[in-house]
Amino acid sequence: MTAAGCVLEVEALSARYGHVEALSSVDLFVGESELVAVLGPNGAGKSTLMRAVMGLVATGGAVRFRGKDVPRRNPVGAAAMGLVLVPEGRGIFAPMTVAENLELGAYLLGDKAEFARRHERVLSLFPRLKERLTQVAGSLSGGEQQMLAVGRALMSEPKLLLLDEPSLGLAPKVVEEILEKLGALNREGLAILLVEQKAPLALKLANRAYVMSVGRIAAEIDPRTIKSHDDLAHYYLG
Amino acid sequence: MTWLTTIWAEARRAPVLALLWAAAAALVIYVFVSGGYLIAVLHFAAIYVVFVTGLNIFMGFAGQVSFGHNAFAAISGYASAVLTATHGWEPLPAAALGILGALLCALIVGYPTLRLRGHYLAMATLAIGLIVYEVAVQWQSVTQGYMGISGIPPLGIGRFTVTSDRAILIFLIIIAALGVVAAAGIRHSRLGRAFVAIAGSEDAARALGIDVARYKLAAFLISAFYAAIAGSLFVHAVGFVSPEVYGLHMVVLAFTMLYVGGIGTVAGATLGALVIGILPETVRRFSEYQDLAYGALLILILIYAPGGLASLSSLSTRKKKEDA
Repeated sequence: MTAAGCVLEVEALSARYGHVEALSSVDLFVGESELVAVLGPNGAGKSTLMRAVMGLVATGGAVRFRGKDVPRRNPVGAAAMGLVLVPEGRGIFAPMTVAENLELGAYLLGDKAEFARRHERVLSLFPRLKERLTQVAGSLSGGEQQMLAVGRALMSEPKLLLLDEPSLGLAPKVVEEILEKLGALNREGLAILLVEQKAPLALKLANRAYVMSVGRIAAEIDPRTIKSHDDLAHYYLG
Repeated sequence: MTWLTTIWAEARRAPVLALLWAAAAALVIYVFVSGGYLIAVLHFAAIYVVFVTGLNIFMGFAGQVSFGHNAFAAISGYASAVLTATHGWEPLPAAALGILGALLCALIVGYPTLRLRGHYLAMATLAIGLIVYEVAVQWQSVTQGYMGISGIPPLGIGRFTVTSDRAILIFLIIIAALGVVAAAGIRHSRLGRAFVAIAGSEDAARALGIDVARYKLAAFLISAFYAAIAGSLFVHAVGFVSPEVYGLHMVVLAFTMLYVGGIGTVAGATLGALVIGILPETVRRFSEYQDLAYGALLILILIYAPGGLASLSSLSTRKKKEDA
């Protein structure tokens, strides 16, 4: 793959926690306007991969964003380039209001008019947040918190959205609603790298998918070829 | 009169809290009129409002821990005392130099340690608190050790000095109010939101582009600034300083105030400092049981109202929600 059509290129990325290697030599890419899913069982290294791309953990290897090196161990620098991570468990700031959380999403932005435009856009995407602007974020339902987490991420107008298990702990109906919005965002041109344990849901949206297993990319799959659970199980179980 | 209706609405929403504020205000007015020993108690409470409000910025907003803010109060307090009583400086430049010195010390301690997470910083602050205390005790040629320094002049500029107990009280209340208003301003600014974000999750804050180490240092310096102001105010209000003033007891007292009042909220820090500052003195005849009462109060608060007095309003609304 050439750098030209690529938003994100990950090359030989590795990360370790003490003596435990959590990622070993991971290669993957996300093309312009692509939605790429990363699947795999618990402990496969999916969350570490997301944290490594963002520079939240020490890594070996290279991460390039539109051909430019993403600084390592410098998430602030990565955020300034246009990468944004919605962490596992949402990472919203519970004691602050919904409005304050959204403001923090555009922390690096100085322009007030631009801020208002993004604010309006996020609220039209998630109308439920509009009703709850002055409410403390911790008092929202799980689904609303996830919407807030995604909305906050969109406030930075990212070029690439990294989403770690957005379905975690949510009712199936809420998950569907959120994934639908993500699909819509992606069709508007936003590149998304989505980590998800609920593979069938992710595969419905994704252009391509990687399957991870014990810190490595075990397979790259085309969602259209996955017709049944058996096909998928083949990748998980080898 | 819209502010009156706002206050009334607020009072109906949280009657217990409103009652506490009203009691505090009534007490201040009563003491102000009646005078006497209780004025000194209010001096003390107002100074602790400054100290605890600052500590709350670091511990409540930014979610860090410091056992050593007494050191910053001690540095500026002793600078004020030594420069004025021994070297005959004017109080204002002496206090300013002391505060600057305390900030410099905070920068030296904070810069390396704030890059670390969790207990490292707490331990480093504990150490600095103990070191400064020991220096105050041992450096007798300057601090006069346990004897302390007396004859420290009151604050003032040129011929205008704040000397009477009532004037000092008004002055301290103005400074405390300024400190509280500034803290509220910080909480609702870009800076304050970054602090609260760091308390919520350092990684999430970083991923949004917030430079965590830099903002932690900013919170540390701002709270050290408050502590240093409190330290200088104390020596000029009381006219005397000794190492015990800034001992570990100061930390214990400030923590009790912070948690009883409600850590993380501006109103909580203020209320806690007032209530804990005034209460033990007004029930002085039970002073043998004072520490016992402190301890019991702290445990009860942590169990039944971990948000402190300031959370009493949300406590009742939460109950209603659960009932529904």
